Amino acid sequence: MSTLTGTMHLARLNVRRDRVRLAVWLAALTGLLAATTAGIKSLYPTAADLAGYAETAGSSPAATALNGPGHAVDTAGGATVFEVGGYLSVAVALMSVLIIGRCTRAEEESGRLELLRANVLGRHAALAAAVIVMVAMNIAVGTAVAAIMTAFDVSAAGAATFGAALAGIGIVFGAVAAVTSQITEHVRGSNAIAGTVVAAAYVIRAAGDVGETGLSWLSPFGWVQATRPFADERWWPLLIALGAAALLVAMAVALQNRRDVGAGLVPQRPGPASASPTLLHQVGFSLRLQRASLIGWTVGVFLGGLAFGSVAREMEDIVAESDDLQEWVSAYGANPTEAFLALTLLLLSLAAAGCAIASALRITSEESAGRAEPILATPLSRPAWLLSHLVAPLAAAIVVPVAGGLGTGIAYGILTSDAEQIPRLAGAAMAHVPAVWLLTAATVLLIGLLPRLAVTAWAILAGCVVAAMLGSLIRLPDWVLELSPFEHTPRLPGGSMDVAASLTLTGLAAAVIVVGVVSFRRRDVR
Amino acid sequence: MSLPIDVGGLTKHFGRTRALDGLDLTVRTGEVHGLLGPNGAGKSTTIRILLGLLRADDGAATMFGRDPWSDAVDLHRRLAYVPGDVNLWPSLTGGEVIDVLGRLRGGLDPRRRADLLQRFDLDPTKKGRTYSKGNRQKVALVAALASDAKLLILDEPTSGLDPLMEAVFTECIREAKSEGRTVLLSSHIMAEVEKLCDRVSIIRAGRTVQSGSLSELRHLTRTSIEATTSRPADDLDRVPGVHGLTVDGATVRFDVDGDHLDAALRALTTYGVQALTSAPPSLEELFMRHYGTGDDTSTEPQPAEAAR
Repeated sequence: MSTLTGTMHLARLNVRRDRVRLAVWLAALTGLLAATTAGIKSLYPTAADLAGYAETAGSSPAATALNGPGHAVDTAGGATVFEVGGYLSVAVALMSVLIIGRCTRAEEESGRLELLRANVLGRHAALAAAVIVMVAMNIAVGTAVAAIMTAFDVSAAGAATFGAALAGIGIVFGAVAAVTSQITEHVRGSNAIAGTVVAAAYVIRAAGDVGETGLSWLSPFGWVQATRPFADERWWPLLIALGAAALLVAMAVALQNRRDVGAGLVPQRPGPASASPTLLHQVGFSLRLQRASLIGWTVGVFLGGLAFGSVAREMEDIVAESDDLQEWVSAYGANPTEAFLALTLLLLSLAAAGCAIASALRITSEESAGRAEPILATPLSRPAWLLSHLVAPLAAAIVVPVAGGLGTGIAYGILTSDAEQIPRLAGAAMAHVPAVWLLTAATVLLIGLLPRLAVTAWAILAGCVVAAMLGSLIRLPDWVLELSPFEHTPRLPGGSMDVAASLTLTGLAAAVIVVGVVSFRRRDVR
Repeated sequence: MSLPIDVGGLTKHFGRTRALDGLDLTVRTGEVHGLLGPNGAGKSTTIRILLGLLRADDGAATMFGRDPWSDAVDLHRRLAYVPGDVNLWPSLTGGEVIDVLGRLRGGLDPRRRADLLQRFDLDPTKKGRTYSKGNRQKVALVAALASDAKLLILDEPTSGLDPLMEAVFTECIREAKSEGRTVLLSSHIMAEVEKLCDRVSIIRAGRTVQSGSLSELRHLTRTSIEATTSRPADDLDRVPGVHGLTVDGATVRFDVDGDHLDAALRALTTYGVQALTSAPPSLEELFMRHYGTGDDTSTEPQPAEAAR
């Protein structure tokens, strides 16, 4: 019997099960692209406007760090790719990682795969079906992206290249996830490793692009942006991506041949026969459950800070070399390095919000996995249980950004031989803490009121990221922008501290948490 | 002293599904009470209402005279619970989970913990993800039995245990009873309930259909009679309480309700009894009768009965 028997049945089952999820991904990605293209078209309607853009914003080193080097930024297509290409690349990479995790390790972890495997189903069918769905989804996104851009009347060849580049990046990281899902027993661990690879590849590319070294060629993001959409397109870098993806999938198959269903590659070791005193404390218990992921987020954001901090110094040199850029930057009235550092700290705080939301959502996964039930059948009250699980996300809202600020400060401080930068940037990183708290509070409110929809907390964060990075470009109305709490926190360093706004956000977060806890007390435990 | 559990007319809906439809349940101090019903009858829903995890739509429920929803925390000091489907934290060992649950209930007796681990043959150093269903259940059982809770609420506690461990469980429940603890045991396994319980409530589709001590319930069951008579006993079905009469020459077979047994036997002897066998009333039969169809207890014998 073939090891692939039943693959197509399973692929159809995956699509049927995740049809809403997949449609939301497609709509969000293409919507963001359409909004950005429309924004560029209306902000820079003529060739002269685009030429002006290319000399100023279009050669901004900060944007290069975030989105990759610009190609043909004096065309509407090239400018759109320069503004949004990097974000879309990261988004399709994460989409692919999540699809693979959900269709492989999550099914295996829940035991559902065992039920299916006992039927006429080949050993590699689940992996193959997941890869098919992932590749098909990336082709759908790439095709939609190419079609939308063409509809905005940019070069069709450029649009097609950009679509193919996005599909390529998604497929590479989907293949990375196919390997990581063989290593760990839990989808959470597998997604965390694959997500770390995405983040590392992004940071390597950012450092390589700003430094203009060949470093970017070590990162899959570098390969696909080397297709140079809208400039002199070339398709051969995509072959590197597809070759790497094929190798990774082959590796995943080889790993799968070496392990049992349900098992990881690392065997289980015995643990302590009785609980340590910290585990017996409810907060210690909750921290212990989240220990690995909290450390992972903190280290990841710290490393991100190091990378961006080391780039900040070069930013000064690039700006110093160009009169046009100096003029454009000074029109903003800000020191370009300070502005870049503030942007870095904002990005790291958005990442910290991701950590806080993931941590708060542990409450729902504890509940839906049936692990809350035995705990809530003890004399521990429901509010006490919920609050004990909130210590981790609320603390992460401080610790993770400060770790990012420390990383930024250490790298930037070493390059400028100025140790003062370390405390200064670590302190500035706390500017957005109240906003992260408010997002955590919103997650708690969802858990209390609409537990089934608690994952939409991620959509709230996605909205905040879009508002912060692209809000003015895609011309969101002010009142929409101001829904994001990150619009009310000061951009430090460089900006001025608004104590009243920060206190208001903190107070609001506290009030929302109280409503969430009370709602949780009043509803049925699932 | 107020009853450990006293429930009347309990109703609970989940969306359009009616999970409980006027359920009654009374558990007296010191008894082992069986909550018997098929899958989906409402056993776990009832238990989760008693634990204050779900809020009843209608009806009255008290535990030790108090409201399980609003006084949940205080009530939980007196009880220990073993869920039907035990889920453990994948990264914690069984021993750690036992200690955490024990600590939350106010501590557990280390000697009793060690003794139970040994009796249930449970390795406390294994991580949650590596335990089988039965072993996860043992973790929850050890945590519950090692506490000094006055009331044990056990939701299908033996569904993953092997026969050897079931015997250990039976022993532990008998010990708990001799210590004066009260036990509510939900199950769909008749033999287990017959072996352990003083009183039983049979529920079906969210309602209590029968409740009482084992002997009371036995009284409600039918005895199967097979006899050889000198004259064909073909009009025996005139006796009230006789069901499913078949006469095959000298052989007669029928089932008779417990409270009409005497009258039926008197009538039978008038035909000249030459041989007689009777199958004892079993709760199984009552159970099958309640589960088998949607009708009441006076229906025709079920296939399981007829086969005897």
